[in-house]
Amino acid sequence: MSVDLAQFIPVFLEESYEGLQVMETALLTLTPGDDETIDEVFRAAHSIKGGAGTFGFTAVAEFTHEAETLLDAMRNGSVEVTPERNQLLLKSADIIRDLLERAAAGDQSTPPEADALAEQLHLAHASPAQSPAPAVNDTDVPAAEDSTGGIWTIRLEPGPDLLMTGNDPLFLLQALAELGPVSTQADAASLPDWSALDPEALYLNWTIELHSDCDEAAIREVFEWVEDDVVLTIERQGTASAAGDNSDEAATSEAIPAPDPESKPATTDTGPAQPEGPQNRARSAVRESSIRVDTGKVDSLVDRVGELVITQAMLLEVSQALAELEHPAVEALQEGLLQLERNTRELQEDVMRIRMLPISSVFNRFPRLVHDVSQQLGKQVELHLEGAHTELDKTVLEKIGDPLVHLVRNGLDHGLEPPEEREAAGKSASGNIWLSACQQGGNILIEIRDDGRGLNRERILAKAMERGLVEPAAQLTDQAIDELIFMPGFSTAEQVSDLSGRGVGMDVVRRNIESLGGHIDVLSSPGTGSCFTIRLPLTLAIMDGQLVRLNQDPYVIPLISIVETLQTTPEMLVSLAGNRCLLHFRDEYLPLIKLASSFGLTSEQVLEPGGIVVVVESGGQKAGLVVDELMGQQQTVIKSLEKNYRRVPGLSGATILGDGSVALILDIAGLINRNVDPDAALIARQRNEQHEVQA
Amino acid sequence: MAYEQNTGEQLLSGEQYLSFMLDDEEYAVDILRVQEVRGWTPVTRLPASPEYIKGVLNLRGAIVPVIDLRERFGFEPRPYGPTTVVVVVKALQEDEERIIGLVVDAVAETYHIQPEEIRPAPRLETSIRPDFIAGLATLNERMIVMLDLDHLLSADELALEQLTPEDE
Repeated sequence: MSVDLAQFIPVFLEESYEGLQVMETALLTLTPGDDETIDEVFRAAHSIKGGAGTFGFTAVAEFTHEAETLLDAMRNGSVEVTPERNQLLLKSADIIRDLLERAAAGDQSTPPEADALAEQLHLAHASPAQSPAPAVNDTDVPAAEDSTGGIWTIRLEPGPDLLMTGNDPLFLLQALAELGPVSTQADAASLPDWSALDPEALYLNWTIELHSDCDEAAIREVFEWVEDDVVLTIERQGTASAAGDNSDEAATSEAIPAPDPESKPATTDTGPAQPEGPQNRARSAVRESSIRVDTGKVDSLVDRVGELVITQAMLLEVSQALAELEHPAVEALQEGLLQLERNTRELQEDVMRIRMLPISSVFNRFPRLVHDVSQQLGKQVELHLEGAHTELDKTVLEKIGDPLVHLVRNGLDHGLEPPEEREAAGKSASGNIWLSACQQGGNILIEIRDDGRGLNRERILAKAMERGLVEPAAQLTDQAIDELIFMPGFSTAEQVSDLSGRGVGMDVVRRNIESLGGHIDVLSSPGTGSCFTIRLPLTLAIMDGQLVRLNQDPYVIPLISIVETLQTTPEMLVSLAGNRCLLHFRDEYLPLIKLASSFGLTSEQVLEPGGIVVVVESGGQKAGLVVDELMGQQQTVIKSLEKNYRRVPGLSGATILGDGSVALILDIAGLINRNVDPDAALIARQRNEQHEVQA
Repeated sequence: MAYEQNTGEQLLSGEQYLSFMLDDEEYAVDILRVQEVRGWTPVTRLPASPEYIKGVLNLRGAIVPVIDLRERFGFEPRPYGPTTVVVVVKALQEDEERIIGLVVDAVAETYHIQPEEIRPAPRLETSIRPDFIAGLATLNERMIVMLDLDHLLSADELALEQLTPEDE
């Protein structure tokens, strides 16, 4: 066996982290009598222990073993399921994660709390076990700690399906033989008629007599991987007197099935109950139907398909130019190309879908987070998750986690009231937080909603004025006040609590979301709660864009940032110092960005009434982009300019059009920050304020 | 005999150069750096970029910036004609390979040049920065300027000159 185990460590770690997440989710919902959930947690702990042992992560294996033993006791009913024990196990999951991280970094040390917690785990399963099953401790434990050596009788009933799990009793017997001389008796009692025999099933049971100095643990180790799938009895002859007689009989009499049932409770380690078997296999079958692929491979596939789409669009244009020839071959060519178009579109969608993962991987961390935070705050909270199966791009998924955590924490900390306050307001004592996701066209909508007190507008406004974010005399609409929380340098928490107020404000949340090409809005009503809506693109590689012409060149405006496209009328254009720099748009004055001149494409861009303006929005600020012509809308594959050149201010990338030429993609957030003339922005704001006072 | 030996060595050491013309001056780059030579086709202009960056073109799906070498070196601009070509080259910057197009008047020759035939360029008052030039070689009594692509196309070089007017 010269296999280098180290290569499997990353996979083991990844699976273990997934296992821990399963444990956490399951533990939060665990109630007494819910055998299926306990089994789930137990299995997760069991695989972590097994793997950790294989890779020599002893600290992990030992600690997990304690948790597993408690879970096992909970599973077989000798220890009750209580919220305290769940809490203890949740803490253990944290320690296991910590230990795994340390082990992965080559650090064999243990966190300080680990020993105390291991002790607590040990007590939790050791103490109550004495009352219902004293026999276990009285006979088994001394026997194991007693002197080693002697004759062991091992009864192995593999069950018909063991071969399906990739295990073979022959290997087990061989492994046992390494411990000492073995004599084996096969029990063929359950062998069916020749006609009913399934060649892939196991019908034999074995009674094995092992002469060895080893202890019981060493024998159990041989069966470690099959423990859950077989019925295993291990007895030592001549020590436990009652059991000893029985096993002597079993050992001497040939082909007698079934050991004495009385001996079972003493040392039998029965696997999960029978119906558990097929379920186990069904699960592993599901797991095997997916493969792990390096994301680099998928990305290059996405790139290739992008090229294919462009080439196909190019061919289509050529064929349209050929249409005048009216040759039957041209017609056939066009038909073929249309079919190619359909296929490439579908191929593109399929390839994109490879990168898509369900948002549940992000949502799954919230039950635990809400549980912990609400306990810390002394609030009662119910978390409702909806649409966890909604899929989105892996890159987006990786980056959306932190903003969501921040929003949910905020909701728990500021939004939801303590139970007394809720009851006084006529609400249920326990607050609610809804986290939902759904797909809407090419976008994903994520909603974080609470039924708390809503945003405190007075305080927000006071704070904003204090920080100089709004003019003292300003009259703002409710919505405008709510939007203030996204302003840089704004933080509502009066007391900097442990939870919020870690210097990360809502402006960072918004910036993160906008860097993903997304958008966040807030809707709040006093006393009934707040709702944050996040709109994200399905993928970062493709974007829906509006093609516009600036001077001679095509540019792309991301569709998601467009508010409206309009043809200007004389009333809309407001001049200042002879310069048309403001757009009167729906009760607002917006600064105009003359792109062609600020990009240096023309010397001076003049906007005449009738000219076209695209109203765009980013970071809560709107502006009007003056363009020369609106062209089509199209799905664009985003290409980086930095790869061969560098970042260009005002551009977020480039894309290739159907004719093979390059169109540049406008960076709306950057343009608004950079290109809006500060004076024009100020004047626009003053105008807006005057306007609101009048209104 | 001697000739054959030479070629063999030269091929192995990769010292083959592609030369091109700017007015009547001849410049050369390591041929292994040349990805392709293509006729001039209009490119997409890049905003807020210096004059010598003509724009970007689509090279089989990659977005490649195109630099007019005449303008970069301070020659008088000249209208592009039928011999105007874009030499697409690879440059290394901080271990990253970048692909860039160079607009030149015409492609000239390929040469085998021995390292010892390349002499360091004397410091001269020219509009070409000295670190763009790897050296000078004389072949058939013609002087050929060997270009240092990695310096010529360094991102810092481009970035420094362009960001200043845009940044407040």
